[in-house]
Amino acid sequence: MSLPANYAPGFEAGDHSLARPNRLRIWATVLRISIEERLVYRGDFALGTLMRFLPLLTQVFMWSAIFYAVRRADGASTIAGFTYEEMIAYYLLTQVSRAFSSMPGLASMIALQIRNGEIKKYLIQPVDLIGFLLLGRIAHKLVYYVVAAGPFALVFYLCRDYFSGWPDATTMLAFLASLVMAFIMGFFMEATLGLLGFWLLEVSSLLFIYMLFTFFFSGHMFPIDMLDGLPWHLGTIVRAIPLQYLAYFPAAVFLGKIQGADLAWGLGLQLFWTVTFIVLCRVTFNLGVRRYSGYGG
Amino acid sequence: MAIIEIEGLAKSYRIYQKQEGLLASVRGLFRRKYRDVEAVRGIDLTVESGEFVAFLGPNGAGKTTTLKLLSGVISPSAGTARVMGFTPWKRENAYRRRFALVMGQKNQLWWDLPAQESFRLHQQIYCIEPAQFDRRLDELVDLLTVRNLLAQPVRELSLGERMKMELIAALLHSPEVLFLDEPTIGLDVVAQHNIQSFLRFYQQQRKMTVLLTSHYMKDVAALCRRVVIIAGGMIMYDGSLSGIIDRFSGHKVITLVFPGEKPPGDLSRFGEIVEEQGPKVKLKVDRNGIGGALSTILAKHTVEDVSVEDPPLEEVIAEMFSLATEQVKGREPRPQLA
Repeated sequence: MSLPANYAPGFEAGDHSLARPNRLRIWATVLRISIEERLVYRGDFALGTLMRFLPLLTQVFMWSAIFYAVRRADGASTIAGFTYEEMIAYYLLTQVSRAFSSMPGLASMIALQIRNGEIKKYLIQPVDLIGFLLLGRIAHKLVYYVVAAGPFALVFYLCRDYFSGWPDATTMLAFLASLVMAFIMGFFMEATLGLLGFWLLEVSSLLFIYMLFTFFFSGHMFPIDMLDGLPWHLGTIVRAIPLQYLAYFPAAVFLGKIQGADLAWGLGLQLFWTVTFIVLCRVTFNLGVRRYSGYGG
Repeated sequence: MAIIEIEGLAKSYRIYQKQEGLLASVRGLFRRKYRDVEAVRGIDLTVESGEFVAFLGPNGAGKTTTLKLLSGVISPSAGTARVMGFTPWKRENAYRRRFALVMGQKNQLWWDLPAQESFRLHQQIYCIEPAQFDRRLDELVDLLTVRNLLAQPVRELSLGERMKMELIAALLHSPEVLFLDEPTIGLDVVAQHNIQSFLRFYQQQRKMTVLLTSHYMKDVAALCRRVVIIAGGMIMYDGSLSGIIDRFSGHKVITLVFPGEKPPGDLSRFGEIVEEQGPKVKLKVDRNGIGGALSTILAKHTVEDVSVEDPPLEEVIAEMFSLATEQVKGREPRPQLA
């Protein structure tokens, strides 16, 4: 083996008069590379994005049937305070909430990386695993929004009659804030679930339960107002747990169902839960790493 | 100057013992048998700056566990270790910027992206100055002859090519300490040789401290002056490769060629006949009895050719491994109900 022409002799190891870590540049690079990685799977991506719009149609049919039946039986034109139009608008808006708060594959990926030992690389390198995953997820979402923006706009345009115009600036601002918090909360909730893999190795059943609960009690399937008056104080319980901030809350804010002091209180609570899950995720990670024995060779 | 200091380092794992069969699996839901496996049982080791040390040992000997401890992936059950003055399992960034770990069986690069993207990322997370980064990358890419592969997704590289990329990623930040966990596993002879010559050259140029685990004697013979043999979680030997034979092999091999078709029939009283091919015989003779055996044989028989050799290194080490494993087995604690 011979020296390359540009080889500069001299002892270099230990030459660590390094520039101070520039977090912003590190983040930018991670983000850029994550986006590039997402774009590799363009086929799966396009298909997955379009497939998400199919259930919309079936839901619209389902709600028309329900409202028709209710009106014929009791002559009522609202269910849990929602008119038919509001219900469809609500359903479409929860799709937006979930586009922010759902984290497909995040928890299972973390658990898998713990199980097969891939997580080691984050323990060895001077990076923060959770920050790394968060940036990866932001990239994931950004690419998704770019791809999904068109179809979403089309669906909303076609369904414009279900909406009673744009909300005012304050409501819009609150809506955007609740979406951003929904993203952060969703991320840290699922990341925490995935990190339980340090103890359980397999988190799929746990995830299944989480998904099921989210589906029904986040307001994804129907407004949680419908649970009020059910036995065992189901409605009260569901309002007390944080799942509603993943779907119901942003949608209800947009529709003007939550206003004034209630809105401020709601946003405050959402912020509280968001911070709680950030802390919980950190603690879980630190405890998990301490327990970690480096499985898989 | 000592760069790695290990004292009484130990690591034990608690492992769930699953019994065979469905019924046992159900029972395992309520009452589990655990076994404590002591992967590393209190080792002491000092490595000087610039040394190239090989860890040899059978599977499950504790080599990888030791490397995991030193790179801070896991915490020990007992003992201390200092690498460049840092306690590895505190995982300080200041420490993590100064060492690297390459695992032959694990991929650290972004699978679906070209290796150069991973390198760019390393530049950022290890805070490498752009000019330095370009110079080092240039040098490494030339040494490993992978320039034309930089833009190819990692998943499309061959195992050997990927290993080269892994090495580049690990060396870009110019680590002072490099841990190599079976870097040539699964590679063909040519690729193995390439990686070996690169490592030898680069280590000599950079005076890095390198700890290598490998199953291939060739890696070790080519690279390391110092060999640490670990078996059953303990250090069985620490010294030069050739010293292993002096210390652990009690015999030598005498090869004799006799005139005529067949060797004389009384040779087995000098030692074990390992091989007999026409008039050629290989005798395994006790080290202390070499002189006596030779003079007797030469006095009694006409011999055309004779040579005395050490037994092959692999054989000695294999013998030693099985001996060590036996010893450890005797001390294994029984499984306990928990």
